[in-house]
Amino acid sequence: MKHLDEYRDRDLTGPLVAELRRSVTRPLRVMEVCGTHTMAIFRNGLRTILPEGMELVSGPGCPVCVTSSAHMDAFIAIADRPGVRLAIFGDLFRVPGSSSSLAEAGSRGARIDIVYSPMDALELAAANPNEQVVFFGVGFETTTPGIAATILAAHHRHLDNFLVFATQKTMPAAMTALLSDPQLKIDALLCPGHVSSIIGAAAWQPLADRFGLACVVGGFETADLLKGLTLLARQVGSGQAKVENAYPRAVSWQGNLRAARMVEEIFVPADMAWRGLGTIPLSGLAIRPRYAAHDAMVQLNITLPETAEPKGCRCGDILKGISNPQHCPLFAGRCTPATPIGPCMVSSEGTCAAYFRYGRELNPVAAAPAEPQAGAARREQ
Amino acid sequence: MRAATIQLEHGSGGLASQQLIAELFLRHLDNPLLRDLEDSAVLANQPGRLAFTTDSYVVEPIFFPGGDIGKLAVHGTINDLAMRGAHPHCLSLGLILEEGFPMVDLERVVVSIALACREAAVPVVTGDTKVVPRGKADKIFINTSGIGFIPEGIDISSKNAKDGDVLLVSGSIGDHGITIMTRQAGIALQGNLQSDTMPLHRLVATLLAELPQAVHLLRDPTRGGVATTLNEVAAASGLEVHLREEDLPIRPEVRAACELLGLDPLYLANEGKCLLAVAGDAAERALALLRSRPEGREARIIGRLVAGTPGRVVINTPVGGARIVLPLHGIPLPRIC
Repeated sequence: MKHLDEYRDRDLTGPLVAELRRSVTRPLRVMEVCGTHTMAIFRNGLRTILPEGMELVSGPGCPVCVTSSAHMDAFIAIADRPGVRLAIFGDLFRVPGSSSSLAEAGSRGARIDIVYSPMDALELAAANPNEQVVFFGVGFETTTPGIAATILAAHHRHLDNFLVFATQKTMPAAMTALLSDPQLKIDALLCPGHVSSIIGAAAWQPLADRFGLACVVGGFETADLLKGLTLLARQVGSGQAKVENAYPRAVSWQGNLRAARMVEEIFVPADMAWRGLGTIPLSGLAIRPRYAAHDAMVQLNITLPETAEPKGCRCGDILKGISNPQHCPLFAGRCTPATPIGPCMVSSEGTCAAYFRYGRELNPVAAAPAEPQAGAARREQ
Repeated sequence: MRAATIQLEHGSGGLASQQLIAELFLRHLDNPLLRDLEDSAVLANQPGRLAFTTDSYVVEPIFFPGGDIGKLAVHGTINDLAMRGAHPHCLSLGLILEEGFPMVDLERVVVSIALACREAAVPVVTGDTKVVPRGKADKIFINTSGIGFIPEGIDISSKNAKDGDVLLVSGSIGDHGITIMTRQAGIALQGNLQSDTMPLHRLVATLLAELPQAVHLLRDPTRGGVATTLNEVAAASGLEVHLREEDLPIRPEVRAACELLGLDPLYLANEGKCLLAVAGDAAERALALLRSRPEGREARIIGRLVAGTPGRVVINTPVGGARIVLPLHGIPLPRIC
């Protein structure tokens, strides 16, 4: 933890703030691709001290937020089947589908376990051989190796009652589609540190080349963020468009090849539906036929329903960085973290949740009532 | 011979109930008022205003590092009384037990309650036990109510906080919440994560004995944590709360666990800490008084209350920025990427 404090130290960050100010010589719009970046930037209060001319736009890097309504609906429908027990990451619990949420399914009697790792879900399957345990695979390159390892472990242990509903997504493919949208005007990308630790800084090179974008892989502590933004401003100032790695303590140029091989063993690239962005060719992962015994789509015969996004919700444009949450007619009125309409408001890393929690410095804030905590998930008194 | 597990007849009011009361509750919690076993305890009147509070405890797991559900049920209610400046006088104890709950676990909880009451010098004077069929409750639920007396001239309330008041916290934050959450998640972490459950009435008495007027507000930031409590304070007082992030006392092991799970210590429950708003000129003295007692050894000044925007909580970050702190919404959930 001492290590972490070093990256937040005021004596260290003070000069970095000054350096960032000096490095902005031309106006620039930076997209922070990753939801963890969005949240870290707000938590640090960095937006309140950004140099003039530098604008930050939040990208599609919150895995919960880009999970389509169709996938949510399909998953909620499984929750109601007898003999099925769901295992999910906590963020998904309250995400609304088109007519219900897992929290509602849970209150109707569906069995839903919140797990911290896919391996916990596998142990759940081992302990409950008469139930089908379905893990909702949501996430980007960072979470996929863990899911791949779990499927491999289920395969070796012959735990055929462990299934994965795979909706994993791959970032560079989606960013390519996103950046091809002429509405989106971005000068620079703050590339996600966690994702890059798996896929390597090199994965961003095609984007830098094709779109003439400054790309810097950044970490998540204050000093990391300031360093990343400074490098981006310098590139834009000098008209460069290259990939730099400002997070070398976690990210290499090539990435984690062992993890990549494991993912390759289990998954195959597939077309994937993204909330707000539509279906993007080969931007997702499907389980290979060899491991079909653990593929929920196959074993539970799931077809994705036709669903419409909620009326008035601008999550799509917000995920693309075209709109910001304060432009959405529902933001902070009908749509709040207590009553979320779009997924960007539910996930702790969602852009709307970040704006709601941290981003309204200039507006008077009416204190919203705190909700009672769900007893099943957390009882500490 | 006593049964090894709780059975439905233990809550029937019949022979098994009486046996349980005699062999377990009276044996450990004995005092003259409880011993009467009448339908209600009759208390002598005392000068001053009465404070009355109730709280239910359903923590899971029931035994955790630094405490258990019984200790928590005693400390929590004592602290709720203390936060209004009251001297806690006595408690009630209501138990809802699940059929099949191991008798050894019940005894362990009751012994813990007895010890906590003895240490705090606040007795249980009346009680009740019910048993519900297996699966209708989870092991053990506890309700405690408490009565306390507020000395003449003491008026502690969120509404009393004033522009210019200094905000203090009696010690490190997040310890209880993160201990429970890591246990629930089945995550074993290095370091010494422990619940901070402890009674604060003596700390409060020490403070109020010397500064009866200067202490305007006392709150224990339990569920929802410091963030939610301070939002309530800001709303009730019509003031703006300013915090300095660097001044928040957070143990390194708590911070590490929060980083790992994607949680914010400001939203984690505390069971042995209080927040105080104290008149500016008395803040240093209040800090010294807090630090003079073991419960407040790590007390810190963490911010202040200003006229500003009523109801708003702002935290100033080490990098020189600022952000709003909102109350807790839903459950604090771990991140997934």
